[in-house]
Order: sequence, then structure tokens, then C-alpha cells
Amino acid sequence: MPDKPKVAFYWCASCGGCEEAVVDLAEAILDVAAAVDIVFWPVATDFKRKDVEAMADRSIAATFLNGAIRTSEQEEMARLLRCKSQVLVATGSCSHLGGIPGLANLCTSEAILREVYFESPSTTNPERTLPEREHTHNDHAVELPAFCETVRSLDQVVDVDFYIPGCPPTPRTFRNALQTLLGGQLPPRGSVLAPDRALCDECPRKSSKPEKLTFAQFKRPTNTLIDEQQCLLAQGLVCMGPATRAGCEALCVQGNMPCTGCYGPTSRVRDQGAKILSCIASSIESKEATEIDQVLATIPDPVGTFYRYGLPKSLLRKRRIQEVPHSSLAGR
Amino acid sequence: MPDVAIQSNPESSRIGVYVCHCGTNIAGTVDVRKLAAYAGQLPNVVVSREYKYMCSDPGQALIEQDIAEHKLNRVVVASCSPLLHEPTFRRTLGRAGLNPFLLQMVNIREHVSWVHLDKQAATQKTEDLVRAAVRRVSLHKPLEKRRVSINPSVLVVGGGIAGIHAALTLAEAGKQVYLVEREPTIGGHMAMFDKTFPTLDCAACILTPKMTAVGSHPNIELWTYSDVVKVDGYVGNYKVQVKHKPRYVNEELCIGCQECITACVYKEGKTPDEFNLGLSKRKPIYLPFPQAVPQIVVIDQDACIEFKSGKCKKTCIEACGERVAIDFQQKETFDEVEVGAIILATGFKTFSPDPNPHYGYGRYPNVYTSLEVERLINAAGPTGGEVVLRDGQHPKAVGIIHCIGSRDANTNRWCSKVCCMYSLKLAHLIKEHTGADIFNFYIDMRTPGKGYEEFYDRLLDEGVHFVRGRVAEVSDWAVHPSEEGKLVIRAEDTLAGFVRRVPVDMVVLAVGLEPQADAQEVRRLFNISCSTEGWFLERHPKLAPVSTFTEGIYIAGACQGPKDIPDSVAQAGAAAAEALSLIDAKFVELEPYTASVLEEECSGCKSCVPLCPYQAIAYVNETQKAHINEVLCKGCGTCVAACPSGSIRQNFFEDEEIFEEIEGVLTYA
Amino acid sequence: MLSHPPASAATPHSTFEPRIVAFFCNWCTYLAADLAGTSRMKYAPNIRVVRLMCSGRVDPQFVLNAFAHGADGVFIGGCHPGDCHYQEGNYKALRRYQLLRRVLKEMGIEEERFRLEWISAAEADRVRAAVNDMVEKVRLLGPLNFAVSDQQTELLGAEVVV
Repeated sequence: MPDKPKVAFYWCASCGGCEEAVVDLAEAILDVAAAVDIVFWPVATDFKRKDVEAMADRSIAATFLNGAIRTSEQEEMARLLRCKSQVLVATGSCSHLGGIPGLANLCTSEAILREVYFESPSTTNPERTLPEREHTHNDHAVELPAFCETVRSLDQVVDVDFYIPGCPPTPRTFRNALQTLLGGQLPPRGSVLAPDRALCDECPRKSSKPEKLTFAQFKRPTNTLIDEQQCLLAQGLVCMGPATRAGCEALCVQGNMPCTGCYGPTSRVRDQGAKILSCIASSIESKEATEIDQVLATIPDPVGTFYRYGLPKSLLRKRRIQEVPHSSLAGR
Repeated sequence: MPDVAIQSNPESSRIGVYVCHCGTNIAGTVDVRKLAAYAGQLPNVVVSREYKYMCSDPGQALIEQDIAEHKLNRVVVASCSPLLHEPTFRRTLGRAGLNPFLLQMVNIREHVSWVHLDKQAATQKTEDLVRAAVRRVSLHKPLEKRRVSINPSVLVVGGGIAGIHAALTLAEAGKQVYLVEREPTIGGHMAMFDKTFPTLDCAACILTPKMTAVGSHPNIELWTYSDVVKVDGYVGNYKVQVKHKPRYVNEELCIGCQECITACVYKEGKTPDEFNLGLSKRKPIYLPFPQAVPQIVVIDQDACIEFKSGKCKKTCIEACGERVAIDFQQKETFDEVEVGAIILATGFKTFSPDPNPHYGYGRYPNVYTSLEVERLINAAGPTGGEVVLRDGQHPKAVGIIHCIGSRDANTNRWCSKVCCMYSLKLAHLIKEHTGADIFNFYIDMRTPGKGYEEFYDRLLDEGVHFVRGRVAEVSDWAVHPSEEGKLVIRAEDTLAGFVRRVPVDMVVLAVGLEPQADAQEVRRLFNISCSTEGWFLERHPKLAPVSTFTEGIYIAGACQGPKDIPDSVAQAGAAAAEALSLIDAKFVELEPYTASVLEEECSGCKSCVPLCPYQAIAYVNETQKAHINEVLCKGCGTCVAACPSGSIRQNFFEDEEIFEEIEGVLTYA
Repeated sequence: MLSHPPASAATPHSTFEPRIVAFFCNWCTYLAADLAGTSRMKYAPNIRVVRLMCSGRVDPQFVLNAFAHGADGVFIGGCHPGDCHYQEGNYKALRRYQLLRRVLKEMGIEEERFRLEWISAAEADRVRAAVNDMVEKVRLLGPLNFAVSDQQTELLGAEVVV
């Protein structure tokens, strides 16, 4: 009997949601489990790193890696799994685009450590202890991975074959992706396994979006009552739908919340945040600079809004922080 | 030609790079040999040359030969501005069998060699620009210009001498002309002149036959008292909306007998007469001047009692009798016409010296503008041709001050071109009418035209006094008994070397020419540009003085810049000829820089629909996607930049092409 | 620990030559720059012009791409409000510019590095003045050095100085 294809799952800088997404496959997971041999999955199995190191190169048929790359260990594992896998699939927004952890690219790592270990209101650390790379205690030596300066997407570290987008990928997206990968015809290397059209294509509120939409003001979910039928952009909310890939069945919209862009841009776009910016700014009513600014002031955090998931994969990737005299929150 | 293959596989692009010396224009600052050598080692560049004049026949032949010999499929020319020679080199490619749009030009003259002093920095800049062009050109796709047919009718805006001449020329060529004039009559400023320089032809005598010809020509639709209110479309296919203001007189029925004017309840005029510049008064019902075309009276609703109170005896209607031409219920009407070309001949206005305290206009009653004096001189004017002061006396001494509102940093910097000549003319005419002593105060005497200098000589012989010096002020305070009751002109006589005080009875200000007050509004309506001074902008000051950057729209006469009648007529003829050239070509080719929606990729988000001012983008319900009408698209690319999923593509300005250009100027090869 | 070298370290500002990418609209600013050329006006050579038909074609991605690939400044030149050859393209450019400059500021790119100017076809002198002014302002700010390499990984831990 031929061996079942070997499959691995790994998580880097992530929340665990993508692991749960696998579990969310529900009954379908039994078919998956029957069809493949899971050789590495830290959250669910007991295989160790050394087991992977012992495998032959390219002996794993497919590795599904989620989470961004933030520590030296994550980078090492990404390289290791790349080496041992025929196909490496970046699963979820973090490995695809950097994800929400990617917003840390707006601060220096130094500032983060300082905040967490010294300055946050709930920290008690009178000895000013910081994590060390190596520590010996009672003749036992322990190691911690290094903390990288920049949050990166998976393909900024290793070559990636396919992407399954989403935060997390919806069960349907995941199922379709698995079917595609386990089926005969592989799409071109580098493909994102979701439709290459914007979300408006499958949005249930599409027909309520007017043809001539202009903005005199923007709203946020916290300061407006959201109508359950009407297009969210038409209600003044910043919905990332027009700049985000479809495939999620607009679940957030169906939950009466605007799309926040987790499936990333279409293949024709290099910077998702720039495109949604261009789209909504173009339709502001005013023609005069100060008035335009007043309208735009109703979007208090453009970077956080437009690049919620995609900052590391955007064109600028991270904030440029210049040398400033010491202050508690340098760069913020 | 494996053009499509190149798009997906840049390695198969074979590029020829041509660096022009442009004599020493480029080569004097840019190291053209170094540039050509640099280009030659860039990826995909098969041949790289430099040559003295790329746009010349041998220069172009070089490109054609290389295309054949080296099987080039892309060309980069580094030379002057593409706005000058892009069409030239595109034709070169066409002759060699390549699609003309597989060319990228690099501007290393206007943007580099002519504006930078540091030769090394300039050469470095050209290397960056050429590298960018080489990267971009591999992505160029073959494109076809769009052909549209041309409507053979022409709209002429403005019924002065330029507009009249253009309209007649086109009408004689068999074209349908719509001549729109906002005043109740055509004739413009020329109708206000008495005589014209240098021949001293009577202006009305040479103008009125042309006016009559316009009024009766079967091919000219004359719309006076009308304005253009909307212009849509593009070259060969303009849709123009014209508003006709109500005269309250039926144009079909009025025969111009003017009985109504005589019968008007106003026994004499109380409203300042516009044609006589307020020097006389007219009634509410009037004809602008006796030779007006069309010969149809106008009712001024602001002056007419019937409009103010509704209770007039309406003796005008009575006098009109059976013709029943007067209609107080008349409303403004609109017409929409389709034309292929438009000629703007909207003329000028004279500088208004009111704000200037130095010359006393508006303060001293006997200070006049040149145009006002022109009306005094004219036999059909407010004083029956008598040049008299406000008190009716003939002046014994008259001062004519040149350059009022011209050549002046405080008002207008330009020279208005006609004032020296008309000041000489006025000197002659006033002397002829009154025998007075005439003093012309000038800075320079500008008499460049045919017979102009000879006219100046004649004036010198006639005993007119010329003082070369800028007038400092006109005042009425006397320091000497001989100055009592006079206006004193103070000027430095630079040839004699001392300051003169010249007492005169009448001062004539030679006011300069300015763009019309609504020039900005008008040019926006027609989508053309103005220069910083406000004159309509020609396509090229030397080689294209009557065309504009908007295809199909031409300019003629003083609206393009101050000029005299012969030049206005010449430009009108030129504009008519260019319009004819456009029309008789039967079709025009438009640049193919249009945008198109990628049908498969469009999500139907409708973000693009409101962005197009030409309504070229529509949301199609059947397909649930956007669609761009190629005929209406002008190629600005605004929708392309705004599409949030990157699903609109613009020919020749695709995202990828521009990214290559950006990265090309920045990254070192 | 910094993600980008401070400007003062490598080159003194006075010898730093800024690299400015400019997007000029064909009908106004590009023509004005041509006119500056025919008039033989002289200005700083630091600018690299990308010709577009309209300032409305400027996609914010172009601006970000320029910075990401090493531009120290980006300049957009378009027609005056009301004068756009295509009616309203420059208004769209203005609106995008107002929002994009906020994003750039958040990302640590100083205001003076991103400039929008309205220059009509006859205003050759404004091209000269605006380019010179921008070059000097960016020169004072120093190199941007935004290009981030994939290999850049700095390790922290006990080395953090607080």
C-alpha cells in the first residue's frame, strides 16, 4: 500500500486561530486525517523539532505554516520546514501578510520590551529584569530565541508555494484550498487560494451600494448604529471590501461589521492600504484642502485601519524611526 | 512580431537606444557618448547609438535600418521633449513596420541639458532616465489609434473682425458655420473705430460689407445676443449648447425700420449708450449702431418702463403696427449644435484707467481714453464727429499719453502693440478736426508693420509734437498764468534732458489691450489654457499660433494676444484653414490612452463610476460589473488609480509600466 | 537599536544629494518644465520626472513604491484647481494626497518629503522654484534610506539599552 502523503502544521507568531480553523473543518477533518499522515503539529501532536530535522529533504508533501516570523526560532523552523517540504503553504493572514502582529512594525522592539517589562501599569519588575538569550541556573542552561527587530511575512524569509488567506481562513476557504492541493491540478506557484476579485463580488449588500457614492464624513462601528441591510461603505463606515479578496462569503458583513481586509489584496495590487486609501479619498465630496482634512479627521488611525493585516507586506513595511532622545515611548 | 510574448517574457525584448546630440543643445552639457555606452550595456539593449540630429532624415533612417538589421522590437529615443517629437519617432517606427507605440522617449534636453549646469550631474540624470525608459519600454504593447469621424460644421465664438473673417472663409468653403456673438450686433471693436491705420481707411466702410456678407450668407447661422453655455465632446464631435438672450423682439419679424425707437415714451435717451462708451444716452429700445447686423432692435429690460412697472403705454408696439414684432413675453431659448471644430475669436478689452490716480481719468472731465476719443471723432458718434471738450468747446492743445496700462510693472507688463499706431492716427485725426496743437508723449515709437514707419514720418511732417518721456502725472494746478484752466502734463523729455510741463485742454490716454474680463471662464468652458497674463494659450508661440492644446479648438485675433487688424484677419484665416484641414481629412485619430475594465477581474464595487467627469464609466446591471465607453474615455487615468482591486487598465500607462519607470530611475543597474 | 541608520552617521548633510521622483501631468506641469527648459532656467538636477497624462493618475502605490526603492522625496505636479485638462483629476489627486501624507507621517516620512504643487503650463518659474526649494528642504532632512532588505534581522535581548 503506498504511503499516505506526509503533512505538517506549524505556528509562528500567531494567536492559534488558524489551528482552530483546521479543527473547524469539523467532519471534513476526518477525511483529511484519513488521507494524510500528520508528522508534525505542535498544538495537537507530540513530534519534536529533532524529528523534523531527521526527515529527508522534501519528504513532507505539504506544510501548513501560520503566524508571522518574529523570533529566531520561528525563522529557523520556517527554513527547516521549507527544506523538508515539497510544498509550503502560508496559512492565514500572519504568514501571508504579517497579520495583526505586523502592526508592531510601527514601534521599535526596544520600545515594546520597555513597555512590557518596565512601564506598563500592570508590570511589577523592580529589578528591571529583561529576557536573556541564555541563562544558567542550578547548572542547567536554558536558551530563548532572539527577538527580531522586524515582523515579517513568511515569504520574506523563505520561498512560499501557496497562500491560504484569512484571519483565520474560513472553513470554506480552507476546504477549497485543501481540495485544490490534494487534487490533481496545482495552480501556478505563488497563487493565493481564493478568488482574485474583490469582496464586493460576493457581498450580500452589493445591490444596496449606490452608483454615485461620495463621502462627507466617515463613521466607525463605535459611533454609529449600523443598518443591517445597507452597504457599509454607503453608511460611511470604512469597509475594506473593495480592496480585499473575496472567498470568505463576507462573513463579517453578514455579522453586520465592515470588512477589515484580512484576505489581503488581489494579485494586481502591490499595496492594499494604498488602494483603499486611493478609492475612498477619491470620492470625498470636498475640493478644498482644509475641508478635505476635516472629513479625513473622521478616520483617526489610517495606518491601523488600512494596514491592519498587511503592514509587513506593504510597500513601506515598517515605520522609520529616527534617533530621538530617550523617551518612554520612542517612535510612538 | 512576438509582442505579446514580450509582455510575459521581457527577455525576448530587443531594444535600440538612440541618443541625440541635438547639435550642441544636448551634447554641450550631457556626455552623449558616455550615455550611449551606458545604455548599450543595459539588459535587452541590442544596439545603442548617438547621433547629431535624431529627428533629421538620416537620424530616423538609422533607426529604421537598425530595426530591420537587428530585429529590434522596442525603441528608446533620448532627445528633446516628447511633446515635440514623439509623433515624429512614432512615424519612424511605423515606416519600419513596428507598432508606433513600442517607442519610449526620454526628455534629456528641456528637462536636462537646458536646465542644469553641472555636466556630471546632468549626465548621471540622463543615465537614470534612460535606464528607466529601457525598463519601461519592454512592457509596451502595440496599440492602435482610435479613428473618429468629423462633423463638418464649425462654431465661431465672437463676431469681431476675426470671427467675421473666419466665418466667411469657412462659409465660402461650403461649411456650415455657427457664429455666436454676445452683443446684439457683430462688428466688435472695429465697428467703434473711425479710421484705421496706416491707410486711414474708414473702419465702417471696410467692415460693414463683411458684416452684411455674414448676415446674408446661406452657410452662416448668425446668433447674436447669445452665449455658449456648455461644451461637451471632443475633436470632430463637439456638442455645444447656446443660450439666446431675449431681445423682446421677434427676430423673424423685425425689419429694422426703427419706428419703435422714435415712438418710445422716452422722448430722449436716459441710459448710457454702450457703443458710445457712455458719452451719449440711448432709449430702452435701441439699435446698437446704425449699421448693426442683424438690423433688429433690442429692448433693455433694466431700463424699460414696461418691465419695471408693467404700466407703459407701449407706443413701440403701436408704431410697429401690423408686423407685431415686439414681444414682451419672450423668454431665453436654447439651441444645441454638433460641430467638428471651434474657433474662439473673443477679442479684448481696453485697460480701464480708473484706479490710476496719476492721469486724472474720472477726476478731470477732459481726460479721455483713446476709444472714447475715437467715438468723438466718428461722424456717427455722440458729438456728430466734433472733437469737443465737455463744455462743447474745441480744444486748442491736446496731449496723447502712450503706454497707459502697458509696459508697466504696476499694471500690465506687456506692450499692447497697437497703441503707438493708433495714437499717431488720433494725433492726425484730432489735428485735422480741430487744428489743435498735438503732443504725443511716448517711451518708444513702435511702428513695425507695413507702412507704419512711413505713417510716423508723415505725422512728423504734419507738425505734431513728440516728447520722448514717461508721463509722471496730469494735474490741474497751475504754477504759471499760462497754465490756468488747463490740464498740465508733466513728463521728463529724455531727449532734451529736462522735465517739461505741457498745458493742454484735453488729455487722451492711449489705453492698452487686456484679455476680456471673462477670459478665464470662457477658456474653462472650452477646456483650453491661458498664459499667465490671461491671453488664450497657443500650442506653440512660433509654429502653432492659432491652435491650442485641445484638439479641434482654435484661437484667432486679440484673444490670443494684443494685435492689430491685419494680424487678426491673418490669424482668422489661419484658424479657418486649420479647421478646414481637420474637417476635410474626414476623420481624426485619437491617442489610444484609454482605460478599460478587466471584465473577469472586476468585482462590481462601483467605486469608479462617480469618478469620471465624462460619464464614460457605467455600471452594467446584467453583468454586475463596470464598463468604460472607449469613445468617451479621454485617458486621464483617474479611475485606474482609484480602482481598489487593480481591475482597470490604462493603455500606455499601465501600473506595471509606471512601476518599472519609477524603479528604473532609482535603482542602479 | 534603530531600524535605519541615522542620517548624521554616514554622510554629512551638505554633500548629500537627494533623489526626488516627480510625477508631472502632461498638460500643465510637464509643459511648464519644458518651458523652463526653452527659457534656459537653471535648477537642481536631483529630480527625475515620470510623465503621466493627469495628476489623477497618480496612484498612492507609485508614491510608496518610490520611497520604498530609495527616493528621498516625491513631488506631484498638476494643474491648478479648476483647470485640470480632464476637469477633475487634480481634485482626486488632492484628496488622495491629503490622506496619504498622514499615512506617510505615521510611517516616519517627514512632510517636506512629499509635495504637491499646482503649476500651470505657463509657470516655468514655479517649476524651478519648487524643485530648488524641495531639494534644499530634503537635503536638510538627510537621506530617507527606506529600502528594507529581507536579510535585516537584528537580535535583541539583553542588549536592549533602557
